[in-house]
Amino acid sequence: MNASRVAVTVVQVAFMIAISPFVVGVMRKVRARLEGRVGAPISQPWRDLRKLSRKQRMVSEHTSWVFSISPIVLVASTVTIAAVVPTLSTVAALAQVGDLFTVAYLLLLGTVFLALAGLDTATAFGGMGASRAMTVAAISEPTILVSIFALSVTAGSSNLGAIVTTTLDHPSSALSPESLLAFAALVVVVVAEAGRIPVDNPASHLELTMIHEAMVLDVSGPDLALVELSAHMRMVVLFGLLANLFIPWGVATSAAPGALAIALVAVLVKILGLGVVIAVVEVFLAKLRIFRVPELLAASFVLAFLAVTASFFLGEPA
Amino acid sequence: MSDTTFTQLLDLAVGTVVVASFAALWLRRLVGVINILAVQGVALAAVALLLGVHESEPELVAVALMVLVLRGLVLPGLIMRAVHTTGARAEVESLINVPSSLLAASVLTLFAYAVSRDLVALADTPHAQAMPLGIAVALIGILMLVTRRKAIMQISAILMLDNGIALVMFLGTSGVPVAVELGIASDVLLAVLVLQVLTFRIHLEFGGGDLDQLTELRD
Repeated sequence: MNASRVAVTVVQVAFMIAISPFVVGVMRKVRARLEGRVGAPISQPWRDLRKLSRKQRMVSEHTSWVFSISPIVLVASTVTIAAVVPTLSTVAALAQVGDLFTVAYLLLLGTVFLALAGLDTATAFGGMGASRAMTVAAISEPTILVSIFALSVTAGSSNLGAIVTTTLDHPSSALSPESLLAFAALVVVVVAEAGRIPVDNPASHLELTMIHEAMVLDVSGPDLALVELSAHMRMVVLFGLLANLFIPWGVATSAAPGALAIALVAVLVKILGLGVVIAVVEVFLAKLRIFRVPELLAASFVLAFLAVTASFFLGEPA
Repeated sequence: MSDTTFTQLLDLAVGTVVVASFAALWLRRLVGVINILAVQGVALAAVALLLGVHESEPELVAVALMVLVLRGLVLPGLIMRAVHTTGARAEVESLINVPSSLLAASVLTLFAYAVSRDLVALADTPHAQAMPLGIAVALIGILMLVTRRKAIMQISAILMLDNGIALVMFLGTSGVPVAVELGIASDVLLAVLVLQVLTFRIHLEFGGGDLDQLTELRD
Protein backbone atom coordinates (compact mmCIF):
# COMPACT_ATOMS: atom_id res chain seq x y z
CA MET A 1 0.00 0.00 0.00
CA ASN A 2 1.99 2.98 -1.17
CA ALA A 3 1.45 6.67 -0.66
CA SER A 4 -0.12 7.45 -4.04
CA ARG A 5 -2.82 4.83 -3.52
CA VAL A 6 -3.65 6.29 -0.14
CA ALA A 7 -3.80 9.73 -1.74
CA VAL A 8 -6.20 8.41 -4.39
CA THR A 9 -8.47 7.02 -1.69
CA VAL A 10 -8.42 10.28 0.28
CA VAL A 11 -9.26 12.27 -2.87
CA GLN A 12 -12.08 9.86 -3.70
CA VAL A 13 -13.68 10.08 -0.25
CA ALA A 14 -13.30 13.86 -0.07
CA PHE A 15 -14.79 14.18 -3.55
CA MET A 16 -17.81 12.04 -2.66
CA ILE A 17 -18.44 13.97 0.56
CA ALA A 18 -18.11 17.29 -1.26
CA ILE A 19 -20.39 16.56 -4.21
CA SER A 20 -23.16 14.51 -2.50
CA PRO A 21 -25.17 17.46 -1.14
CA PHE A 22 -24.76 19.29 -4.44
CA VAL A 23 -26.08 16.33 -6.42
CA VAL A 24 -29.10 16.25 -4.10
CA GLY A 25 -29.46 20.00 -4.61
CA VAL A 26 -29.37 19.63 -8.39
CA MET A 27 -31.98 16.84 -8.29
CA ARG A 28 -34.30 18.98 -6.14
CA LYS A 29 -33.78 21.93 -8.47
CA VAL A 30 -34.62 19.85 -11.55
CA ARG A 31 -37.78 18.57 -9.90
CA ALA A 32 -38.78 22.06 -8.81
CA ARG A 33 -38.27 23.55 -12.27
CA LEU A 34 -40.28 20.77 -13.93
CA GLU A 35 -43.08 21.29 -11.46
CA GLY A 36 -43.10 25.01 -12.24
CA ARG A 37 -41.45 26.15 -9.02
CA VAL A 38 -38.24 28.16 -8.74
CA GLY A 39 -36.79 25.80 -6.16
CA ALA A 40 -34.04 26.27 -3.59
CA PRO A 41 -30.47 26.99 -4.79
CA ILE A 42 -28.41 23.88 -5.38
CA SER A 43 -26.21 24.64 -2.39
CA GLN A 44 -29.25 24.40 -0.09
CA PRO A 45 -28.48 20.85 1.19
CA TRP A 46 -25.02 22.05 2.28
CA ARG A 47 -26.56 25.06 4.03
CA ASP A 48 -29.05 22.78 5.78
CA LEU A 49 -26.21 20.59 7.01
CA ARG A 50 -24.29 23.62 8.28
CA LYS A 51 -27.33 24.94 10.08
CA LEU A 52 -28.08 21.57 11.66
CA SER A 53 -24.51 21.06 12.84
CA ARG A 54 -24.67 24.33 14.79
CA LYS A 55 -27.87 23.44 16.56
CA GLN A 56 -28.19 21.92 20.00
CA ARG A 57 -28.26 18.14 20.25
CA MET A 58 -31.47 16.96 21.90
CA VAL A 59 -31.72 13.34 22.96
CA SER A 60 -34.77 11.79 24.55
CA GLU A 61 -34.02 10.54 28.08
CA HIS A 62 -35.63 7.20 27.23
CA THR A 63 -33.07 6.25 24.62
CA SER A 64 -30.06 4.03 25.16
CA TRP A 65 -26.49 4.14 23.81
CA VAL A 66 -27.66 2.57 20.54
CA PHE A 67 -29.42 5.80 19.64
CA SER A 68 -26.28 7.84 20.31
CA ILE A 69 -23.89 5.72 18.27
CA SER A 70 -26.23 5.10 15.31
CA PRO A 71 -25.45 8.30 13.38
CA ILE A 72 -21.73 7.66 13.83
CA VAL A 73 -21.98 4.04 12.66
CA LEU A 74 -24.07 5.18 9.71
CA VAL A 75 -21.63 7.85 8.63
CA ALA A 76 -18.60 5.61 9.23
CA SER A 77 -20.03 2.75 7.16
CA THR A 78 -20.96 5.18 4.38
CA VAL A 79 -17.48 6.74 4.28
CA THR A 80 -15.98 3.23 4.15
CA ILE A 81 -18.20 2.36 1.18
CA ALA A 82 -17.12 5.60 -0.51
CA ALA A 83 -13.51 4.54 0.02
CA VAL A 84 -13.83 0.98 -1.34
CA VAL A 85 -16.20 1.48 -4.29
CA PRO A 86 -14.21 2.23 -7.46
CA THR A 87 -15.83 5.59 -8.27
CA LEU A 88 -12.71 7.50 -9.30
CA SER A 89 -10.05 4.87 -9.64
CA THR A 90 -9.67 1.10 -9.54
CA VAL A 91 -6.34 1.33 -7.72
CA ALA A 92 -7.47 2.93 -4.44
CA ALA A 93 -5.70 1.70 -1.31
CA LEU A 94 -8.71 -0.29 -0.16
CA ALA A 95 -9.45 -1.75 -3.61
CA GLN A 96 -8.64 -5.25 -2.38
CA VAL A 97 -11.54 -5.07 0.08
CA GLY A 98 -13.76 -3.49 -2.57
CA ASP A 99 -15.68 -6.70 -2.82
CA LEU A 100 -19.38 -6.75 -3.64
CA PHE A 101 -20.14 -8.62 -0.42
CA THR A 102 -18.27 -6.01 1.64
CA VAL A 103 -20.23 -3.20 0.03
CA ALA A 104 -23.60 -4.94 0.42
CA TYR A 105 -22.98 -5.66 4.09
CA LEU A 106 -21.63 -2.19 4.84
CA LEU A 107 -24.81 -0.78 3.28
CA LEU A 108 -26.89 -3.14 5.40
CA LEU A 109 -24.93 -2.20 8.56
CA GLY A 110 -25.90 1.45 8.11
CA THR A 111 -29.54 0.59 7.37
CA VAL A 112 -29.78 -1.68 10.41
CA PHE A 113 -28.34 0.92 12.79
CA LEU A 114 -30.66 3.58 11.47
CA ALA A 115 -33.60 1.21 12.01
CA LEU A 116 -32.33 0.42 15.53
CA ALA A 117 -32.19 4.13 16.29
CA GLY A 118 -35.76 4.44 15.07
CA LEU A 119 -36.85 1.58 17.33
CA ASP A 120 -34.84 2.83 20.32
CA THR A 121 -36.89 5.97 20.76
CA ALA A 122 -39.99 3.79 21.14
CA THR A 123 -42.15 6.28 19.28
CA ALA A 124 -44.84 4.97 17.00
CA PHE A 125 -43.40 6.56 13.87
CA GLY A 126 -39.85 5.45 14.58
CA GLY A 127 -41.00 1.85 14.87
CA MET A 128 -43.16 2.08 11.77
CA GLY A 129 -40.35 3.60 9.72
CA ALA A 130 -37.90 0.99 10.99
CA SER A 131 -40.24 -1.86 10.11
CA ARG A 132 -40.76 -0.48 6.60
CA ALA A 133 -37.06 0.17 6.06
CA MET A 134 -36.32 -3.44 7.06
CA THR A 135 -39.02 -4.74 4.70
CA VAL A 136 -37.43 -2.86 1.82
CA ALA A 137 -33.88 -3.81 2.84
CA ALA A 138 -34.74 -7.51 3.21
CA ILE A 139 -35.62 -7.72 -0.49
CA SER A 140 -33.29 -5.12 -1.95
CA GLU A 141 -30.03 -6.27 -0.35
CA PRO A 142 -30.15 -9.76 -1.93
CA THR A 143 -30.99 -8.10 -5.24
CA ILE A 144 -27.86 -5.92 -5.05
CA LEU A 145 -25.78 -9.02 -4.32
CA VAL A 146 -27.34 -11.15 -7.04
CA SER A 147 -27.31 -8.50 -9.78
CA ILE A 148 -23.66 -7.57 -9.26
CA PHE A 149 -22.91 -11.26 -8.98
CA ALA A 150 -24.19 -11.67 -12.54
CA LEU A 151 -21.48 -9.26 -13.68
CA SER A 152 -18.83 -10.92 -11.56
CA VAL A 153 -19.43 -14.24 -13.34
CA THR A 154 -18.15 -12.63 -16.55
CA ALA A 155 -15.27 -10.96 -14.74
CA GLY A 156 -14.34 -14.09 -12.80
CA SER A 157 -14.02 -12.09 -9.59
CA SER A 158 -16.34 -10.50 -7.06
CA ASN A 159 -14.00 -7.54 -6.66
CA LEU A 160 -15.73 -4.40 -7.92
CA GLY A 161 -12.53 -2.95 -9.34
CA ALA A 162 -11.93 -6.16 -11.30
CA ILE A 163 -15.48 -6.06 -12.70
CA VAL A 164 -15.02 -2.45 -13.84
CA THR A 165 -11.68 -3.29 -15.46
CA THR A 166 -13.17 -6.30 -17.28
CA THR A 167 -15.95 -4.16 -18.74
CA LEU A 168 -13.32 -1.61 -19.82
CA ASP A 169 -11.37 -4.35 -21.58
CA HIS A 170 -14.43 -5.88 -23.26
CA PRO A 171 -16.73 -2.96 -24.14
CA SER A 172 -19.25 -5.20 -25.92
CA SER A 173 -20.02 -7.09 -22.70
CA ALA A 174 -21.75 -3.94 -21.42
CA LEU A 175 -24.56 -4.65 -23.93
CA SER A 176 -24.95 -8.38 -23.31
CA PRO A 177 -28.39 -9.52 -22.10
CA GLU A 178 -27.13 -10.43 -18.64
CA SER A 179 -25.64 -7.02 -18.06
CA LEU A 180 -28.78 -5.26 -19.34
CA LEU A 181 -30.92 -7.39 -16.99
CA ALA A 182 -28.56 -6.71 -14.10
CA PHE A 183 -28.65 -2.99 -14.92
CA ALA A 184 -32.46 -2.93 -14.85
CA ALA A 185 -32.50 -4.80 -11.55
CA LEU A 186 -29.86 -2.56 -10.01
CA VAL A 187 -31.62 0.66 -11.08
CA VAL A 188 -34.77 -0.39 -9.20
CA VAL A 189 -32.77 -1.35 -6.12
CA VAL A 190 -30.69 1.82 -6.13
CA VAL A 191 -33.88 3.86 -6.32
CA ALA A 192 -35.27 1.86 -3.38
CA GLU A 193 -32.09 2.14 -1.33
CA ALA A 194 -31.79 5.85 -2.00
CA GLY A 195 -35.37 6.31 -0.79
CA ARG A 196 -36.65 7.93 -3.95
CA ILE A 197 -40.06 7.75 -5.62
CA PRO A 198 -41.75 5.24 -6.24
CA VAL A 199 -40.53 3.53 -3.05
CA ASP A 200 -40.19 6.44 -0.65
CA ASN A 201 -40.81 10.14 -1.08
CA PRO A 202 -37.83 12.19 0.09
CA ALA A 203 -39.91 15.35 0.30
CA SER A 204 -42.77 13.80 2.24
CA HIS A 205 -43.53 14.69 5.80
CA LEU A 206 -46.86 12.92 5.85
CA GLU A 207 -46.41 10.34 8.57
CA LEU A 208 -48.32 7.52 6.91
CA THR A 209 -46.12 7.41 3.82
CA MET A 210 -42.66 8.04 5.23
CA ILE A 211 -39.87 5.49 5.49
CA HIS A 212 -36.58 7.29 5.97
CA GLU A 213 -38.09 10.44 7.48
CA ALA A 214 -40.08 8.42 10.00
CA MET A 215 -36.95 6.75 11.37
CA VAL A 216 -35.09 10.00 11.91
CA LEU A 217 -37.95 11.99 13.49
CA ASP A 218 -36.24 12.00 16.91
CA VAL A 219 -32.74 12.69 15.66
CA SER A 220 -31.74 16.33 15.97
CA GLY A 221 -28.93 18.83 15.58
CA PRO A 222 -25.47 17.54 14.61
CA ASP A 223 -26.72 13.95 14.66
CA LEU A 224 -29.35 14.79 12.07
CA ALA A 225 -26.67 16.51 10.01
CA LEU A 226 -24.65 13.27 10.05
CA VAL A 227 -27.68 11.14 9.14
CA GLU A 228 -28.66 13.46 6.29
CA LEU A 229 -25.11 13.64 4.97
CA SER A 230 -24.91 9.84 4.99
CA ALA A 231 -28.25 9.57 3.22
CA HIS A 232 -27.01 11.94 0.49
CA MET A 233 -23.70 10.09 0.27
CA ARG A 234 -25.27 6.65 0.11
CA MET A 235 -27.37 7.75 -2.83
CA VAL A 236 -24.47 9.34 -4.69
CA VAL A 237 -22.11 6.43 -4.00
CA LEU A 238 -24.75 4.03 -5.33
CA PHE A 239 -25.17 6.22 -8.43
CA GLY A 240 -21.42 6.14 -8.90
CA LEU A 241 -21.32 2.37 -8.51
CA LEU A 242 -24.19 1.91 -10.96
CA ALA A 243 -22.60 4.25 -13.50
CA ASN A 244 -19.15 2.70 -13.27
CA LEU A 245 -20.31 -0.91 -13.39
CA PHE A 246 -22.17 -0.42 -16.65
CA ILE A 247 -20.52 2.66 -18.25
CA PRO A 248 -16.99 2.42 -16.87
CA TRP A 249 -15.31 4.73 -19.38
CA GLY A 250 -13.32 7.53 -17.75
CA VAL A 251 -12.43 5.63 -14.57
CA ALA A 252 -8.73 5.94 -13.75
CA THR A 253 -6.90 2.61 -13.82
CA SER A 254 -3.71 4.18 -12.49
CA ALA A 255 -2.86 6.71 -9.78
CA ALA A 256 -1.54 9.29 -12.28
CA PRO A 257 -2.87 12.81 -11.55
CA GLY A 258 -3.93 13.32 -15.18
CA ALA A 259 -6.07 10.17 -15.29
CA LEU A 260 -7.50 11.11 -11.93
CA ALA A 261 -8.48 14.56 -13.18
CA ILE A 262 -10.28 13.01 -16.17
CA ALA A 263 -11.98 10.54 -13.82
CA LEU A 264 -13.18 13.39 -11.56
CA VAL A 265 -14.93 15.09 -14.48
CA ALA A 266 -16.25 11.85 -15.97
CA VAL A 267 -17.70 10.59 -12.70
CA LEU A 268 -19.26 13.96 -11.94
CA VAL A 269 -20.91 14.00 -15.38
CA LYS A 270 -22.13 10.40 -15.01
CA ILE A 271 -23.52 10.91 -11.50
CA LEU A 272 -25.19 14.19 -12.38
CA GLY A 273 -26.61 12.67 -15.56
CA LEU A 274 -28.06 9.74 -13.64
CA GLY A 275 -29.39 12.06 -10.95
CA VAL A 276 -31.09 14.35 -13.47
CA VAL A 277 -32.66 11.38 -15.32
CA ILE A 278 -33.99 9.95 -12.07
CA ALA A 279 -35.30 13.37 -10.98
CA VAL A 280 -37.07 13.86 -14.32
CA VAL A 281 -38.63 10.38 -14.22
CA GLU A 282 -39.73 10.98 -10.62
CA VAL A 283 -41.84 13.94 -11.67
CA PHE A 284 -43.98 11.62 -13.79
CA LEU A 285 -44.32 8.85 -11.19
CA ALA A 286 -46.56 8.53 -8.20
CA LYS A 287 -45.35 6.87 -5.03
CA LEU A 288 -46.38 3.22 -4.86
CA ARG A 289 -48.61 2.02 -2.08
CA ILE A 290 -46.36 0.53 0.56
CA PHE A 291 -47.91 -2.91 0.01
CA ARG A 292 -47.04 -2.76 -3.67
CA VAL A 293 -43.37 -2.05 -2.98
CA PRO A 294 -42.48 -5.72 -2.35
CA GLU A 295 -43.97 -6.51 -5.78
CA LEU A 296 -41.66 -4.04 -7.47
CA LEU A 297 -38.66 -5.31 -5.54
CA ALA A 298 -39.58 -8.94 -6.22
CA ALA A 299 -39.67 -8.10 -9.92
CA SER A 300 -36.21 -6.58 -9.72
CA PHE A 301 -34.96 -9.62 -7.79
CA VAL A 302 -36.30 -11.86 -10.55
CA LEU A 303 -34.51 -9.73 -13.16
CA ALA A 304 -31.27 -10.08 -11.20
CA PHE A 305 -31.86 -13.80 -10.90
CA LEU A 306 -32.41 -14.08 -14.67
CA ALA A 307 -29.21 -12.11 -15.19
CA VAL A 308 -27.26 -14.64 -13.14
CA THR A 309 -28.76 -17.65 -14.91
CA ALA A 310 -28.12 -15.99 -18.27
CA SER A 311 -24.49 -15.25 -17.45
CA PHE A 312 -23.99 -18.83 -16.26
CA PHE A 313 -25.73 -20.60 -19.13
CA LEU A 314 -25.52 -18.22 -22.09
CA GLY A 315 -22.41 -16.11 -21.78
CA GLU A 316 -19.05 -17.63 -22.45
CA PRO A 317 -16.45 -16.09 -20.12
CA ALA A 318 -14.91 -13.07 -21.75
CA MET B 1 -22.39 -10.23 -39.42
CA SER B 2 -19.64 -11.59 -37.19
CA ASP B 3 -20.25 -14.54 -34.91
CA THR B 4 -20.00 -12.63 -31.64
CA THR B 5 -22.40 -9.91 -32.82
CA PHE B 6 -24.80 -12.62 -33.96
CA THR B 7 -24.60 -14.36 -30.57
CA GLN B 8 -25.17 -11.11 -28.71
CA LEU B 9 -28.11 -10.02 -30.87
CA LEU B 10 -29.66 -13.49 -30.65
CA ASP B 11 -29.23 -13.55 -26.87
CA LEU B 12 -30.75 -10.08 -26.71
CA ALA B 13 -33.80 -11.10 -28.77
CA VAL B 14 -34.30 -14.33 -26.83
CA GLY B 15 -33.79 -12.41 -23.59
CA THR B 16 -36.51 -9.96 -24.62
CA VAL B 17 -38.94 -12.84 -25.21
CA VAL B 18 -38.21 -14.20 -21.71
CA VAL B 19 -38.37 -10.85 -19.95
CA ALA B 20 -41.67 -10.15 -21.72
CA SER B 21 -43.17 -13.29 -20.24
CA PHE B 22 -42.04 -12.22 -16.76
CA ALA B 23 -43.47 -8.76 -17.39
CA ALA B 24 -46.78 -10.34 -18.39
CA LEU B 25 -46.89 -12.05 -14.98
CA TRP B 26 -45.99 -8.80 -13.23
CA LEU B 27 -48.45 -6.40 -14.86
CA ARG B 28 -51.88 -5.97 -13.40
CA ARG B 29 -53.70 -4.36 -16.27
CA LEU B 30 -55.14 -6.55 -19.02
CA VAL B 31 -54.24 -4.05 -21.73
CA GLY B 32 -50.64 -3.96 -20.48
CA VAL B 33 -50.38 -7.74 -20.63
CA ILE B 34 -51.65 -7.79 -24.21
CA ASN B 35 -49.19 -5.08 -25.25
CA ILE B 36 -46.40 -7.12 -23.68
CA LEU B 37 -47.53 -10.12 -25.74
CA ALA B 38 -47.20 -8.01 -28.86
CA VAL B 39 -43.66 -7.07 -27.82
CA GLN B 40 -42.94 -10.74 -27.30
CA GLY B 41 -44.21 -11.53 -30.79
CA VAL B 42 -41.96 -8.87 -32.32
CA ALA B 43 -38.94 -10.21 -30.40
CA LEU B 44 -39.79 -13.71 -31.62
CA ALA B 45 -39.84 -12.43 -35.19
CA ALA B 46 -36.44 -10.85 -34.55
CA VAL B 47 -35.11 -14.27 -33.46
CA ALA B 48 -36.33 -15.84 -36.70
CA LEU B 49 -34.95 -12.97 -38.76
CA LEU B 50 -31.53 -13.20 -37.10
CA LEU B 51 -31.39 -16.94 -37.71
CA GLY B 52 -32.48 -16.43 -41.32
CA VAL B 53 -29.82 -13.80 -41.99
CA HIS B 54 -27.14 -15.82 -40.22
CA GLU B 55 -27.88 -19.06 -42.09
CA SER B 56 -28.68 -17.04 -45.24
CA GLU B 57 -32.01 -18.75 -45.77
CA PRO B 58 -34.58 -16.50 -47.46
CA GLU B 59 -37.35 -18.88 -46.43
CA LEU B 60 -36.66 -18.20 -42.74
CA VAL B 61 -36.82 -14.46 -43.40
CA ALA B 62 -40.29 -14.99 -44.89
CA VAL B 63 -41.24 -16.96 -41.78
CA ALA B 64 -39.96 -14.06 -39.65
CA LEU B 65 -42.20 -11.65 -41.54
CA MET B 66 -45.16 -13.97 -41.00
CA VAL B 67 -44.41 -14.23 -37.28
CA LEU B 68 -44.16 -10.45 -37.06
CA VAL B 69 -47.55 -9.89 -38.66
CA LEU B 70 -49.34 -12.72 -36.88
CA ARG B 71 -47.86 -12.79 -33.39
CA GLY B 72 -46.84 -9.15 -33.21
CA LEU B 73 -50.00 -7.60 -34.66
CA VAL B 74 -52.95 -9.84 -35.50
CA LEU B 75 -53.24 -12.11 -32.45
CA PRO B 76 -52.68 -9.40 -29.80
CA GLY B 77 -55.07 -7.20 -31.79
CA LEU B 78 -57.72 -9.93 -31.70
CA ILE B 79 -57.35 -10.36 -27.93
CA MET B 80 -57.50 -6.60 -27.51
CA ARG B 81 -60.78 -6.57 -29.42
CA ALA B 82 -62.11 -9.30 -27.17
CA VAL B 83 -61.30 -7.08 -24.17
CA HIS B 84 -63.17 -4.16 -25.68
CA THR B 85 -66.23 -6.07 -26.94
CA THR B 86 -66.78 -7.97 -23.70
CA GLY B 87 -66.00 -4.92 -21.60
CA ALA B 88 -64.04 -7.11 -19.19
CA ARG B 89 -62.72 -5.37 -16.09
CA ALA B 90 -59.25 -3.96 -16.56
CA GLU B 91 -57.54 -5.74 -13.67
CA VAL B 92 -55.95 -9.16 -13.82
CA GLU B 93 -57.18 -11.57 -11.17
CA SER B 94 -54.87 -14.30 -10.07
CA LEU B 95 -55.01 -17.30 -7.76
CA ILE B 96 -51.56 -16.51 -6.36
CA ASN B 97 -50.13 -13.04 -5.73
CA VAL B 98 -47.63 -11.33 -8.00
CA PRO B 99 -44.39 -11.91 -6.04
CA SER B 100 -45.17 -15.64 -5.69
CA SER B 101 -45.95 -16.03 -9.38
CA LEU B 102 -42.69 -14.24 -10.25
CA LEU B 103 -40.74 -16.51 -7.93
CA ALA B 104 -42.55 -19.56 -9.29
CA ALA B 105 -41.62 -18.43 -12.80
CA SER B 106 -37.96 -18.11 -11.86
CA VAL B 107 -38.02 -21.61 -10.37
CA LEU B 108 -39.56 -22.81 -13.65
CA THR B 109 -36.72 -21.13 -15.55
CA LEU B 110 -34.17 -23.03 -13.49
CA PHE B 111 -36.17 -26.20 -14.05
CA ALA B 112 -36.09 -25.57 -17.81
CA TYR B 113 -32.30 -25.23 -17.66
CA ALA B 114 -32.05 -28.41 -15.62
CA VAL B 115 -34.17 -30.59 -17.90
CA SER B 116 -32.59 -29.36 -21.12
CA ARG B 117 -28.95 -29.86 -20.09
CA ASP B 118 -28.60 -32.90 -22.34
CA LEU B 119 -30.24 -31.09 -25.26
CA VAL B 120 -27.80 -28.20 -24.96
CA ALA B 121 -24.87 -30.60 -24.73
CA LEU B 122 -25.79 -31.99 -28.17
CA ALA B 123 -24.67 -28.89 -30.06
CA ASP B 124 -22.31 -26.10 -29.11
CA THR B 125 -24.06 -23.30 -31.02
CA PRO B 126 -25.47 -20.10 -29.55
CA HIS B 127 -29.02 -21.03 -30.56
CA ALA B 128 -28.83 -24.42 -28.90
CA GLN B 129 -27.58 -22.74 -25.74
CA ALA B 130 -30.54 -20.38 -25.70
CA MET B 131 -33.05 -23.22 -26.17
CA PRO B 132 -33.79 -23.70 -22.43
CA LEU B 133 -35.18 -20.17 -22.43
CA GLY B 134 -37.79 -21.22 -25.00
CA ILE B 135 -38.82 -24.08 -22.74
CA ALA B 136 -38.94 -21.60 -19.84
CA VAL B 137 -41.31 -19.31 -21.78
CA ALA B 138 -43.58 -22.29 -22.54
CA LEU B 139 -43.58 -23.32 -18.86
CA ILE B 140 -44.37 -19.75 -17.76
CA GLY B 141 -47.25 -19.80 -20.25
CA ILE B 142 -48.59 -22.92 -18.55
CA LEU B 143 -48.16 -21.28 -15.14
CA MET B 144 -50.20 -18.32 -16.37
CA LEU B 145 -52.78 -20.70 -17.78
CA VAL B 146 -53.39 -22.39 -14.43
CA THR B 147 -53.22 -19.36 -12.14
CA ARG B 148 -55.11 -16.63 -14.00
CA ARG B 149 -58.86 -16.60 -13.63
CA LYS B 150 -60.08 -14.43 -16.49
CA ALA B 151 -60.99 -16.12 -19.75
CA ILE B 152 -59.10 -13.41 -21.67
CA MET B 153 -55.97 -14.01 -19.63
CA GLN B 154 -56.21 -17.67 -20.51
CA ILE B 155 -56.18 -16.86 -24.23
CA SER B 156 -53.13 -14.66 -23.61
CA ALA B 157 -51.52 -17.53 -21.71
CA ILE B 158 -52.12 -19.93 -24.60
CA LEU B 159 -50.54 -17.41 -26.93
CA MET B 160 -47.52 -17.17 -24.66
CA LEU B 161 -47.26 -20.94 -24.42
CA ASP B 162 -47.29 -21.08 -28.20
CA ASN B 163 -44.67 -18.33 -28.43
CA GLY B 164 -42.46 -20.47 -26.21
CA ILE B 165 -42.98 -23.53 -28.38
CA ALA B 166 -42.20 -21.49 -31.51
CA LEU B 167 -39.03 -20.17 -29.88
CA VAL B 168 -37.86 -23.72 -29.08
CA MET B 169 -38.68 -24.69 -32.66
CA PHE B 170 -36.65 -21.84 -34.19
CA LEU B 171 -33.68 -22.34 -31.91
CA GLY B 172 -33.73 -26.11 -32.04
CA THR B 173 -34.08 -26.63 -35.78
CA SER B 174 -32.55 -23.39 -37.13
CA GLY B 175 -34.72 -23.38 -40.22
CA VAL B 176 -38.44 -24.09 -40.35
CA PRO B 177 -40.14 -24.59 -43.71
CA VAL B 178 -42.76 -21.96 -44.45
CA ALA B 179 -45.38 -24.68 -44.83
CA VAL B 180 -44.87 -25.91 -41.27
CA GLU B 181 -44.96 -22.41 -39.78
CA LEU B 182 -48.01 -21.60 -41.89
CA GLY B 183 -49.79 -24.67 -40.53
CA ILE B 184 -48.95 -23.84 -36.92
CA ALA B 185 -49.83 -20.20 -37.41
CA SER B 186 -53.25 -20.89 -38.88
CA ASP B 187 -53.85 -23.36 -36.05
CA VAL B 188 -53.12 -20.74 -33.41
CA LEU B 189 -55.12 -18.13 -35.27
CA LEU B 190 -58.09 -20.48 -35.39
CA ALA B 191 -57.72 -21.36 -31.70
CA VAL B 192 -57.61 -17.70 -30.68
CA LEU B 193 -60.63 -16.91 -32.88
CA VAL B 194 -62.63 -19.79 -31.42
CA LEU B 195 -61.61 -18.85 -27.87
CA GLN B 196 -62.51 -15.24 -28.54
CA VAL B 197 -65.99 -16.22 -29.64
CA LEU B 198 -66.27 -18.56 -26.67
CA THR B 199 -65.22 -15.79 -24.27
CA PHE B 200 -67.78 -13.51 -25.80
CA ARG B 201 -70.50 -16.15 -25.31
CA ILE B 202 -69.41 -16.72 -21.71
CA HIS B 203 -69.67 -12.99 -21.03
CA LEU B 204 -73.05 -12.79 -22.73
CA GLU B 205 -74.40 -15.77 -20.81
CA PHE B 206 -72.96 -15.20 -17.35
CA GLY B 207 -72.00 -11.53 -17.36
CA GLY B 208 -68.41 -12.19 -16.37
CA GLY B 209 -65.30 -14.01 -17.45
CA ASP B 210 -64.38 -15.63 -14.15
CA LEU B 211 -63.81 -19.28 -14.96
CA ASP B 212 -64.04 -20.40 -11.33
CA GLN B 213 -67.79 -19.85 -11.51
CA LEU B 214 -68.04 -22.36 -14.34
CA THR B 215 -66.83 -25.37 -12.34
CA GLU B 216 -70.28 -26.26 -11.00
CA LEU B 217 -73.20 -27.44 -13.10
CA ARG B 218 -76.38 -25.49 -12.66
CA ASP B 219 -79.61 -25.45 -14.57
